[in-house]
Amino acid sequence: MQHLVITSYTTVTALGRGQDAAVRALQEARGGLHPGDFADADLPMWIGRVPGLEQVPLEGELTPFDCRNNRLARAALECDDIKGAVAAARERYGANRVGVFLGTSTSGIRATERAFSERDADGRLPGGYVAHYRQTQSPFSVADFVTRYLDLRGPALVVSTACSSSAKVFATAWRHIQAGLCDAALVGGVDSLCLSTLYGFNALELISPEPCRPWDRTRRGISIGEGAGFALLESPAKAEGRVALLGYGESSDAYHISTPHPQGEGASVAMEAALNRAGLGPRDIDYINLHGTATAANDAAEDRAVVRLFGAQVPCSSTKGWTGHTLGAAGVTEAVFCALALERGFIPGTLNTNEVDPELRAGLVKAGRHEPIGTALSNSLGFGGTNCTLLLGLVR
Amino acid sequence: MSAVWLNSVGVVGPGLDGWAQAARILSGQAPFAYRPLEPIEPELLPANERRRTTPTIRLAMHVAHEAVGRDVASERSGLHSVFASAEGDTEIAAKICQALALPGRPVSPTQFHNSVHNAPAGYWAIATGWRSPYTSLAAGDATFSAALLEAFSTVVSDKVPVLLVAYDLPAPEPLTAAAPVTEAFALALTLAPDHSHAALGQLELSLSAGNPTVCLNHDLERLRRGNPIASALPLLEVVAMSQDREITLTGTGMDAVRVGFTPTA
Repeated sequence: MQHLVITSYTTVTALGRGQDAAVRALQEARGGLHPGDFADADLPMWIGRVPGLEQVPLEGELTPFDCRNNRLARAALECDDIKGAVAAARERYGANRVGVFLGTSTSGIRATERAFSERDADGRLPGGYVAHYRQTQSPFSVADFVTRYLDLRGPALVVSTACSSSAKVFATAWRHIQAGLCDAALVGGVDSLCLSTLYGFNALELISPEPCRPWDRTRRGISIGEGAGFALLESPAKAEGRVALLGYGESSDAYHISTPHPQGEGASVAMEAALNRAGLGPRDIDYINLHGTATAANDAAEDRAVVRLFGAQVPCSSTKGWTGHTLGAAGVTEAVFCALALERGFIPGTLNTNEVDPELRAGLVKAGRHEPIGTALSNSLGFGGTNCTLLLGLVR
Repeated sequence: MSAVWLNSVGVVGPGLDGWAQAARILSGQAPFAYRPLEPIEPELLPANERRRTTPTIRLAMHVAHEAVGRDVASERSGLHSVFASAEGDTEIAAKICQALALPGRPVSPTQFHNSVHNAPAGYWAIATGWRSPYTSLAAGDATFSAALLEAFSTVVSDKVPVLLVAYDLPAPEPLTAAAPVTEAFALALTLAPDHSHAALGQLELSLSAGNPTVCLNHDLERLRRGNPIASALPLLEVVAMSQDREITLTGTGMDAVRVGFTPTA
């Protein structure tokens, strides 16, 4: 298999709902972060929240799935007519021949957090929560919801590898299609705001008190965001000129559970593997969307890995300053930004970054610019030392 | 559809303690006696690391080690690995949600980084030094069959051997009432694209309609029904008996996952 064409795609983040909202924000230099106002979280931080999720519960037969995470999934499925594209694929291949592979790190744990704060005098959880545990808290809940919402009946699973989750689903889709288990796949990722990640990253002292500033000399950590993204992968008869997944690479650091390998060795292996699978070399890459979380450790390690492989010339940017770090949705969100960069000829900038760290040498793009590109690489690096690189490009 | 070779099995559950012992029970040579699982202390982890891990992490590492064999170092470059758990580490989830309900919300940093679904895979990579790719997945009741499809498709498309590790533990209070896992169970398999002297037999996978196979030994049904990973027990029975037979596993969609086993002659 040479590539998988992305025939439809969308994303919802703090930048707005759908492709055009994201492009407008990126081109008008309007970020999505604002001072933390999620639930009653009382931490000095900025977050990328998707407005309006509180007001629109799931209804009808999918009511048991109602939670912030599944509402966010539905919000994305209502954008850019991806539902129509999926319906056409279902028609073309059969409902059991379209796979659903989604990434999430925390699924609907917000429902569990609420339930724990509403325990009765005997410590028991509310009955409504207990009855709908599988539809909210269970890791598979978001894929279960999406397959029902779209009436898809093929192989489905959730990848939960922290911040690489929704990059790795592209690799899972590639393998399933290659092995003949399905003909097309809806891949994506959904991660919604919850207290677990806000207070957890805070306990690790990784949360920035101001909007995150990737690659900046005085960067102070991450800003957390929420997001969802979906992409339909298939092999249509006419691929020329369309955005496709050309390759992917995966690796492990085998170093530390929450700190990246300081030389970025695992990230290098993932990027090399993506190039090899696509049959391309470092000189063939026109743009790199960095993982770029704005922690001291991530940016230093990733910079070393990128510079070792690509030198300091390839334009690179991190979009975390726009959306916040959407964790399990970061992989697909940033793959969507790469697809938009390819189709619309616009390289996004690195928002909030003032003075680039002199220790970091990658070719950081601070202000976005119009420039036609043919290939784009996207890195996703996560806790547990998991690395995944996606290589997207316009099919020639 | 292509076939892959099954090279080794690791298994642990209440009354099942390693493949050698379990195979005697699964093949009918020894009776099954239910016995609650003892705490597990995997050899691979140094004592200080062991303290930082959780029962779920230790369970996963224990069966992975059994399937790969004592000499993990001989696989230095590492096998591609598929880790799978329907519910993840519910003990950690409960501890974090408990902390969030307290004044000041004192979430432990160690518990937070252990809370990621891929923590067992991450600790395994650190302990073995494997830099090969791993994934960590969930698919509800079909978690084992989804892991098998992911492992199978990796062997077939990348022509590499794969380690599959799947595990779930019952949730602690107060989640017990909500979480679907009632029994502890874990297993690990190594799969390979080519025949070797180690091969127990060949697996052939396909997707079509069907109902899940139940255990031949009805005493094992309590386990099979109490843990999504233990849906693999009918397959392990076939392997233990060296039978040429097809079994059916619950799938995620319209189709079930059919697994044909052909023992090595």
